[in-house]
Amino acid sequence: METFYRIFLNVDTLGSMVRLSTPLLLAALAGLYSERSGVFDIGLEGKMLGAAFAAGAGAATFHSAWIGLLCGVGVAICLALMHGFASITARGNQIVSGVAINFIAAGLTVILGQSWFNQGGRTPQLTADERFNAFKLPGADAVRDIPIVGHVWTGLVSGNSLLVYFAFAMVPLTWWILFRTRFGLRLRAVGENPAAVDTAGISVTAMRYRAVIICGILTGVAGTYLAISLQAGFVKDMTAGKGFIALAALIFAKWRPVQVMFACLLFGYLDAVGIRLQGVPIPVIGAVPVSLIQALPYVLTVVLLAGFIGRAIPPRAGGVPYVKER
Amino acid sequence: MKKELPAWVDYGLLPLINLLLAFLISGLVVLLVGESPVRAAYYLVSGAFTIGGGIGFTLFYATSFIFTGLSVAVAIHCGLFNIGSEGQAYIGGLGVALACLALDGIMPWYVTMVVATAGAAAFGAGWAFIPAWLQARRGSHIVITTIMFNFIAASIMVWLLVDYLKPAASMAPETRTFLEGGQLPKLDWLLELFGFKVAGAPLNVSFFIALACCFLVWLLIWRTRFGYELRTMGTNPTAAVYAGIPEARTVIIAMLISGALAGLMALNPIMGDQHRLNLDFVAGAGFVGIAVALMGRNHPVGIIFAAILFGVLYQGGAEVAFNMPNISRDMIVVIQGLVILFAGALEHMFRPALTRYFLARRMAAAHVAGG
Repeated sequence: METFYRIFLNVDTLGSMVRLSTPLLLAALAGLYSERSGVFDIGLEGKMLGAAFAAGAGAATFHSAWIGLLCGVGVAICLALMHGFASITARGNQIVSGVAINFIAAGLTVILGQSWFNQGGRTPQLTADERFNAFKLPGADAVRDIPIVGHVWTGLVSGNSLLVYFAFAMVPLTWWILFRTRFGLRLRAVGENPAAVDTAGISVTAMRYRAVIICGILTGVAGTYLAISLQAGFVKDMTAGKGFIALAALIFAKWRPVQVMFACLLFGYLDAVGIRLQGVPIPVIGAVPVSLIQALPYVLTVVLLAGFIGRAIPPRAGGVPYVKER
Repeated sequence: MKKELPAWVDYGLLPLINLLLAFLISGLVVLLVGESPVRAAYYLVSGAFTIGGGIGFTLFYATSFIFTGLSVAVAIHCGLFNIGSEGQAYIGGLGVALACLALDGIMPWYVTMVVATAGAAAFGAGWAFIPAWLQARRGSHIVITTIMFNFIAASIMVWLLVDYLKPAASMAPETRTFLEGGQLPKLDWLLELFGFKVAGAPLNVSFFIALACCFLVWLLIWRTRFGYELRTMGTNPTAAVYAGIPEARTVIIAMLISGALAGLMALNPIMGDQHRLNLDFVAGAGFVGIAVALMGRNHPVGIIFAAILFGVLYQGGAEVAFNMPNISRDMIVVIQGLVILFAGALEHMFRPALTRYFLARRMAAAHVAGG
């Protein structure tokens, strides 16, 4: 029971859940904007990786976390515009374009990293003041010993970096933008019925480009968080499939912002537990193969897609380039 | 006006332009890291063909890419985008390894090969079946499910290798080495016949299986009733259903064939080269298949050329990385991405201009002939 508690319910595990789900959340929200506007994006992974590299390189070169963030977001926006050009202007296949971006980012980050820093594709180790560090919220020390409430405040809510709070603040903000503003209504409309939006005199192309740029900004922050907040520098292939887990979370949440947060927390929790289960036997079940726990987010998403727990219906015009006239 | 472009433009010039653009940008990247693109190209070509039996390695890589390229192409002909070739090949390796582990001590290689081929195809097809069924019956998007299945396959293989397939005494997560009866013969003699000096190149008999698959796929797609149904489904699903072609059955069978072809890829590295099942032996070949299929315009002949091209990149790329430390083998991944971008996502970029040009020329010619 002791072990069980230590692995599954510890504040430490839950804190790690928050940190591990942050990049997923940012990337999934990024995908939410893009896919709600009708541009499918399986290039989240590549944009995140490119941003992580740029952030690591920028922060190391200019000795500033903020410049790192700027570089990360800038590179992610460039990649997003590439995807936008291919899928909106050139009316190409959005899936193929996403695949291409993933490869280009995976290769370029290592090549450029090696040629600029000569550390086998890494960026130099960052010092504390070149990173976004965890900071304590007021009262974190005072309430440390109060059971539950104090533990949660100190271990879970406090002690995270700025980008974590940004990610979680984006959830209500995204909900508000999507469902309570004119921009959000139009964004959802171009994803469902672009012809109707066009008839109303709104440019489908402009709407989709805006969505793709927002997607770039958020994946940029996601990558930046990985490289200069969660870790102290870029490492080769550091996203390691997180972009695809974010995609899974987005589908799992059926393209809705608040549910996206819960899906990301769930997948982050599975990740945190998986790390702690390594080589630890659980009473009754015995040792759980960690590799199978790592596959759980994907399995859950497939089960959802199969329509056994609800039905995930993507935006209707998703993946279809808009042609004004034939 | 369906055939707007002459075939040689559609199948020759257009892919060539896309390829040149991809190489041009790769050249810029090489310049950016402070190396000479010309020198890189020299090492690339000489490394792929002459240095140290390079051709044997080039064709070895090409063998894998032919299988995965065919896999992606068959699915595309049916209007499906199978990103799961990587995972299907990985699981296909399980079929090969099980056959070899069971038979290598008691059977000669050609008997084992038949069983291993069947095993690879069956396991690959089996792994493609679930996404196919979900697409056909439950309407879930095949792209997403096959991506998920790649990751699930990777997890399952790690688990199986570490917990079950690894010999008890060994630390490395791989099966024991197959005996002679589980090893495909090398084709050194064939290359030497053509005057290439090769030493220990891994090119093996599965190369012929790949070529046979090319022929069979051509036969299937353009010379059978099912192939016609498959192409109809790919071009216009509504018309196909209206014509009485069963949608679910066509989709599932197309994906089974695609998965089987991907699974066969495992023969080449596992039975032909490593002689054991190890972690991550696919090494991205499934994804290269996407580039190969796009580049080869989904035609078996085009796929053979595109696969050899990528074989050159893989083998020559190693030589480039060896001689020019600033350019690691990750350059191949960049080129691969650029090829997918230009030949796939941006394929419509040049088409309108070319179409206009050739249409104008034809009109002018007709005018001259008529007037």
